[in-house]
Amino acid sequence: MTPDGARPSGSGEVTPAQGGSPVDRRAFLGHVIEAACAGSPLLLGVVKLPALVAQESGGYDATEHFYGMGVDVTKCIGCARCVAACKIENDVPEEPYFFNTWIERYVLRPDGRVEVDSPNGGLDGFPPIEDEGNVLRTFFVPKLCNHCENPPCVQVCPVGATFITEDGVVLVDEEYCIGCRYCIQACPYGARYMHPDKRVAGKCTFCYHRLVKGKVPACVEVCPTGARVFGEVEGRATPLAQFMRFNDLQVLKPNLNTRPKVYYANLDVEVR
Amino acid sequence: MRSLPQQVPRLAIVFGVALGGLFVARGLLIPDTFGDRGHYRAAAVDSIAAQPVKFAGRAECAVCHDDVLKPHGAGNHRGVTCEVCHGPAQAHVLAPLEVKPSVVRKRELCTACHAFDPSRPLGFPQIDPVAHNPRAPCIGCHRPHTPEPPTPPEACSACHGHFARQKAVSPHAALTCETCHQAPPQHRTNPRAALPGKPESRTFCGQCHGTPETGVPQVEMESHGQPNLCWQCHYPHYPEIR
Ligand code: HEC
Ligand code: HEC
Ligand code: HEC
Ligand code: HEC
Ligand code: HEC
Ligand code: HEC
Ligand code: HEC
Ligand code: HEC
Repeated sequence: MTPDGARPSGSGEVTPAQGGSPVDRRAFLGHVIEAACAGSPLLLGVVKLPALVAQESGGYDATEHFYGMGVDVTKCIGCARCVAACKIENDVPEEPYFFNTWIERYVLRPDGRVEVDSPNGGLDGFPPIEDEGNVLRTFFVPKLCNHCENPPCVQVCPVGATFITEDGVVLVDEEYCIGCRYCIQACPYGARYMHPDKRVAGKCTFCYHRLVKGKVPACVEVCPTGARVFGEVEGRATPLAQFMRFNDLQVLKPNLNTRPKVYYANLDVEVR
Repeated sequence: MRSLPQQVPRLAIVFGVALGGLFVARGLLIPDTFGDRGHYRAAAVDSIAAQPVKFAGRAECAVCHDDVLKPHGAGNHRGVTCEVCHGPAQAHVLAPLEVKPSVVRKRELCTACHAFDPSRPLGFPQIDPVAHNPRAPCIGCHRPHTPEPPTPPEACSACHGHFARQKAVSPHAALTCETCHQAPPQHRTNPRAALPGKPESRTFCGQCHGTPETGVPQVEMESHGQPNLCWQCHYPHYPEIR
């Protein structure tokens, strides 16, 4: 109320004598619609009761698993058999730029410079190092989606087309993905790409279709030196649990708090 | 009894229509199975899980190729699974006679892993493909399923071919290298760290050439060639009378 008793209303005179409320009908309806609009996402997004049906055929129960991968950098010989196998197993487009996993070569120079390259993901081998006498250290680092517990890509997806499964794998729903590329931008590890034919985000699935059949991911299957270790993050006797117990572990970009589940052993501090 | 204010039933209708509209929209917009297990379409997981497998895995080969698997599992390539070299073989497992996995016999198969690269970890066996028996197929000398680490050559001739060839056509052909050189076993694996001995005095040659019972040509040890060492005049690997 203003000091002179006039109402600050801009929508015509409404007095109690007319049987109306302090707010006129039209404004009230406006509020109702506003409220309905504001509330609708809530309503739309209501999470349904967890289905009690058996989850996958073949008796696979996702809730009994929680997957991660270990990578021992000192064992990687950079042969890129993993990159080749991954492309075959997952129908990743042949041409460069599209990789679920790839090999990076690090060359540390005595003056502190760090050179990283990954020509065609390492598939065709690596060119000779320039100025080879002037190298402090050089090694290979396999990279892939880190299957973060706190993944930025999932946070930014506007439609819920990328998500973490109950067994801890970050997947993309190809039918539901609208191809907006937000997740590609959001991933700090560059692990996603735009599939050139399907026009949806592509990424490593930990070979989910193999996991449900009790097989390890294709990259792990073909790694000749055991540089990649796959299995349950928790539990005592699994190969990954052992790997985690006997190695000093690092994850990539820990400061981002993405909580990756790809654990690196013997990783040089220079690796990003 | 006072009837309800006029606006209440009208509002109820408006609410009803809005709510109904919402549920219809919800039904149309939210895909089936969304939210069954989380904020995603549960069916997507199932369709990803149904993707066909292409790499069968080593265990699958056991049923039919036990003869290869057993030695392979005990050899240096036990970590190198079958399908690294033979390609994805799930189709072959399902139809062994119709689909044959690839069998690559080219050097490139092996050099992907064994070509020298300074970025590879120390100790991984590597060769220079240009210098290591060029053009000959690797599998001509190394069994692909059970390759052996280089066995240290038995014969001195492997490394000292020049001397061996000379000796072979000389009067000393019947003498072994060890007659004159005490070679420690490590000399074969790490030559410069353990050098064999060499004869040091005239009396060494005198064991034969100053001892008539041996039946070899004799010389007068006290006078012949004094004061020089025998090998200053006679090349030991190809002794000739000059
Ligand atoms: C169900 C039985 C069966 C299984 C399982 C099987 N194979 Fe075979 N494999 C065969 C038969 C049969 C042949 C044909 C032998 C012939 O023609 O002499 C063959 C041939 C091969 C050959 C030789 C092809 C050629 O051109 O000479 C390779 C390599 C091979 N298999 C690899 C594999 C690998 C790797 C696996 C595991 C992923 C596997 N096989 C699993 C039955 C099997
Ligand atoms: C390092 C690469 C490599 C690996 C690993 C490998 N193979 Fe082979 N395999 C070959 C090559 C090369 C040949 C052809 C040999 C030849 O022609 O002499 C071959 C031949 C064969 C053959 C044809 C029959 C024969 O014995 O010549 C079979 C069957 C076979 N491999 C099965 C397997 C199975 C099963 C495994 C896994 C336990 C395996 N291979 C692992 C390279 C490999
Ligand atoms: C996918 C990678 C890979 C391929 C392809 C491969 N190897 Fe190997 N090879 C290895 C590994 C790993 C070892 C074991 C190294 C060790 O014990 O440290 C090995 C060991 C060897 C050894 C024993 C050397 C030693 O000093 O222990 C020989 C010889 C060998 N390979 C030859 C071959 C030949 C010939 C081929 C091609 C038919 C081949 N390799 C293909 C990975 C590979
Ligand atoms: C003419 C026979 C022959 C051929 C062909 C041949 N190798 Fe060898 N390889 C040998 C011998 C003998 C040794 C052991 C002595 C040596 O180190 O040179 C050896 C050693 C090796 C070693 C062990 C080296 C180390 O330091 O432990 C590897 C790995 C190897 N070869 C791989 C290959 C590959 C890969 C090819 C094909 C590109 C190949 N070989 C072709 C005869 C051969
Ligand atoms: C693996 C290769 C290899 C084999 C096998 C080998 N050697 Fe040698 N040997 C060498 C090398 C390398 C040297 C050092 C040459 C140099 O320093 O210039 C050497 C040096 C020698 C020397 C000279 C030592 C000196 O003081 O100068 C003698 C003598 C010798 N070897 C004898 C033998 C005899 C006898 C055998 C057989 C039992 C043998 N070697 C087997 C590689 C070999
Ligand atoms: C009759 C004895 C005798 C026999 C047999 C013999 N050597 Fe010698 N070798 C000598 C003597 C003596 C020397 C020292 C030569 C010198 O110091 O000039 C020598 C020197 C060498 C050297 C050092 C290089 C040099 O020229 O000084 C090598 C290497 C060698 N011998 C290798 C062999 C090998 C390999 C064989 C077998 C094929 C062999 N020797 C057989 C007596 C022998
Ligand atoms: C183990 C016994 C033995 C030793 C030690 C030995 N030789 Fe001989 N030497 C022979 C024999 C056997 C012949 C060949 C005789 C024949 O042709 O009938 C020979 C031949 C020769 C001849 C050629 C003689 C001719 O008439 O053709 C010369 C020179 C010679 N030795 C020099 C040496 C010298 C120098 C040494 C020391 C470095 C040496 N030998 C050590 C056994 C030995
Ligand atoms: C100054 C150089 C010289 C030296 C040192 C020398 N020789 Fe001779 N040696 C000769 C000459 C020259 C002949 C051939 C002429 C002769 O019969 O006197 C000969 C001949 C020989 C013959 C062949 C004799 C025959 O009857 O066929 C033998 C065996 C022989 N030497 C061994 C030795 C031995 C063993 C030593 C070391 C103890 C030695 N020589 C040192 C120069 C030398």
